[in-house]
Formats: sequence, structure tokens, C-alpha cells
Amino acid sequence: MSASKDSIGRTLTVAVLLCVVCSVVVSAAAVLLKPKQVANKNLDRQTNILAAAGISTAGKDVQALFDELIEKRFVDLRSGKYTDIADPARYDATKAAKEADTGIQLSRDIDTASIKVQAKVMPVYLVKSDTPEGFDKMILPVHGYGLWSTLYGFLALESDLNTVVGLGFYSHAETPGLGGEVDNPNWKALWPGKQVYRDDSMTPALGLIKGNVDPASANAKYQIDGLSGATLTSRGVTNLVHFWMGENGYAPFLSNLKAGGA
Amino acid sequence: MSQVKDVLLGPIFNNNPIGLQILGICSALAVTSNLGTACVMALAVTVVTAFSNMFISIIRNQIPGSIRIICQMAIIASLVIVVDQILKAYAYEISKQLSVFVGLIITNCIVMGRAEAFAMKNPPGISFLDGIGNGLGYGVVLLFVGFIRELLGAGKLFGIEVLPLITDGGWYQANGLLLLPPSAFFIIGIFIWLVRTFKKDQVEAPEFVLAKNTQKEAV
Repeated sequence: MSASKDSIGRTLTVAVLLCVVCSVVVSAAAVLLKPKQVANKNLDRQTNILAAAGISTAGKDVQALFDELIEKRFVDLRSGKYTDIADPARYDATKAAKEADTGIQLSRDIDTASIKVQAKVMPVYLVKSDTPEGFDKMILPVHGYGLWSTLYGFLALESDLNTVVGLGFYSHAETPGLGGEVDNPNWKALWPGKQVYRDDSMTPALGLIKGNVDPASANAKYQIDGLSGATLTSRGVTNLVHFWMGENGYAPFLSNLKAGGA
Repeated sequence: MSQVKDVLLGPIFNNNPIGLQILGICSALAVTSNLGTACVMALAVTVVTAFSNMFISIIRNQIPGSIRIICQMAIIASLVIVVDQILKAYAYEISKQLSVFVGLIITNCIVMGRAEAFAMKNPPGISFLDGIGNGLGYGVVLLFVGFIRELLGAGKLFGIEVLPLITDGGWYQANGLLLLPPSAFFIIGIFIWLVRTFKKDQVEAPEFVLAKNTQKEAV
């Protein structure tokens, strides 16, 4: 090994050049592939919305099916009414939550889902129908903190706005095999038919319990089996359901709908 | 020609990165619960090892000794990010299943091991082949383990049902242990045992011999 190869100047030159080349390659790949990745993400989101509503997408064109069955509308969370926004196609609730004028800072005592900020306006997805309500199922985006990550998902309700159709998460980074079992189809199959609210109260009762639900119990329809080995993820899922179905989430909107319109 | 053959095919059984070099075990445990992810992972590692070997070999005479490991890491890390981006764009479902493990190819000892042991001392062409060969060796073990785990653990191959499960009205009682990471240890152990049964030269001399027991009773 020659001395010149190991001189300080040479070492710095090689390091800088290598870094420049590598960063150009990495950013080129990221920029060039971005549109394709965004399209994939959208498709994945639509598949998950349909899946939460129990609509099978196997072998079908997801985009066409989504356009045919689903209507996207926007809800002002605090007033609980439908609202119109400019440029609905590009609205991103995650981004809106972080802006001062479109987001709400959540104080610690009401922020049970540990999300710190939420958007004033959230998209909701309606499965269209000819019934007087105008929809068959209501699909609500929900998110909250589990153990390692924020879980993003959809909770779908029947037209009585109380019975669960399904719950699914499209993005999370919980421990595979433990908290990651939120993706397990057997566990997700426990959700349909459960009730979010008890009687006429608008305080959510639905949550995960430790161990298995006793089907004979009077509370069974408000309970879901906890994920074994994933206490904090289970708690996170309960918290996010309580938060989003509660007064800071969709409860005002749902009670307006039940009362006759939003 | 024989050198090319040695470099390319040697790592499959004679000098298997998992079986003999005992590198890259952790990812082999994580991604082999089904064949689909095992295939993609094997392919991704092969591509990364081959190209990182090639690029490192091209600049091997320029890399100063004091920062050579960091230089290797920079090249490997860039390649892994490119592979990850490509998977996200063209195989979104699989990239979701592989999740963190694609990123963790950076820490896969095979890639670093081959860069340090081979690419730093050999010209680019043969280093590239060495990367492909070691990727294949890794892939063979992954597919072997994945085949057994998916077939006996879930009754499927590539997600297609082969053994109808009792839970779906068939006759096969799935072995849940095979879907959990520890089972991969056993299967890799069996793989190493099999290879060493046929290739006796891989059997290592014992490091020590147990002394003969002379005590009649427990003390």
C-alpha cells in the first residue's frame, strides 16, 4: 500500500467523491420512481378502504370498483357536518393536521390516541346505495400510536352507524408476529358485528380486552380479543378507536347523521 | 474457465455463505416463512452482493485503508436503497411483506463479508460473479428453508394450497412452529448436517475432546 493512497488529502477526496456519486444515485432512484410509488400507495389505500367495508377486490380493477361503489366526502370534525373543500383530490389529512390553520393541536388530556395534532377536516368514504340515508356503509379513517409506530387504518360501520363492518390497518410498523398481528385475517374477522356505542350514549364502549372474549358475557359485543404478546399495540388500538369514535373524532358527525342529517 | 465455475458455483454447496461461512443467518430466519418473500429476498441480496462487489472492486485500488469499511458501507447502503425503491415501485405488496428486511440487507454479513474478503483483492468481473455465486448460495438455503416451512407450516407453496388444512376441511394439521423463526434454526441445522454428510471436508475438527467420565456417582 503506497503512502500517497493513505494521505489525508487522498482520504478526504475519495470520501467526498464517493459520497457525491452515491447520493446522486440514491436521489435519482427516489425521484424517478416516486410517481409509481405514489400510485401504488393510492391503490393500496383504495384496496384497504374496500376491504374494511368487506368488499372483495380479488381479480377486479380496484380503481374502477372504487369509483363505482365509493363516494368520498369531507367532514368538519368539530361541527360534525359535511363540508366542501377546495381541491378535494389533493387533500391530505396528515399534512393538513400539521398546518396551523387546517389542524388542531390536541392537549394531552384529550389526546388519548397520542397523535398530537389532527386535521379539522377528515375525508370519509360512503358505500353508495339507494336507501333514504344515501349510503350503505360508512368508512372512517382512523389512526393512533401503538408501540413503535402510528397505525393508520379504516373502520367501517353499517348504516346504523353503530355496528362494525370491519377494521383494517394499511400502514404500521409494529413488531412482526406480535403487534404486527393486527394484520392477521383471523383477528380482523373478530370485528364485524361488534357495537361501537352502548345504547344511545355517544361514548365509545368498543375496545380490546386482555385474553379472549367470553361469548356468553353481556359485554361481548363491545369487546375484541387482545393480541397476545402485544399489550401496548392492543392498548393503542383501543385508544385510537375510543379517540376517533369519541367527541374529538367522529361522534358529533355520527350523532348529526343519526338525528337526520349532516 | 474453471476459476469462473469455482467462483460462481462453489458457494452453493462447497462454500455456502450460510452453511459454511455461517453468515446472514438472521435474515434467513425472518423471511423464510413463505417461498414468495424468500425468492424476492434471495434475488435482492444477489443483486446487492453482485453490484457492491463489482463497484468496490472497481475502486479497490483507490480506497484508503483507513476508511475502507465505511466506503464499502456507503456503496452497499446506496445499492440497498435503490433496490428498496425499485421494490416499492414495482412489487409493492412484497415490499410491504419484506418491510424492514430489505433495509436490513445493509447489515447482512454476506454482503460485507464478500466485499472485504473477495472484492478488495480481485478484479471487477470475477468479483461480480463471486457476488452472484454467494447470492445463489444464500438463495438455495432460503428456498430450502422456505419450502419446508411453507409446505409443512401452512400447507402451501407460493401461496397455492398443496396440503388441504384441517381448518379448511382437509386432512393436514399444520405445524405452527414452522411459521415461527426458531424453526428456521432447526432447518438450517439440518441443511448443514446434510451438506456435511456428503462433503466430509467441511466437518471441523473438534476444538476439545470431552474427558472420559471416571466418577461413578454424582457428587
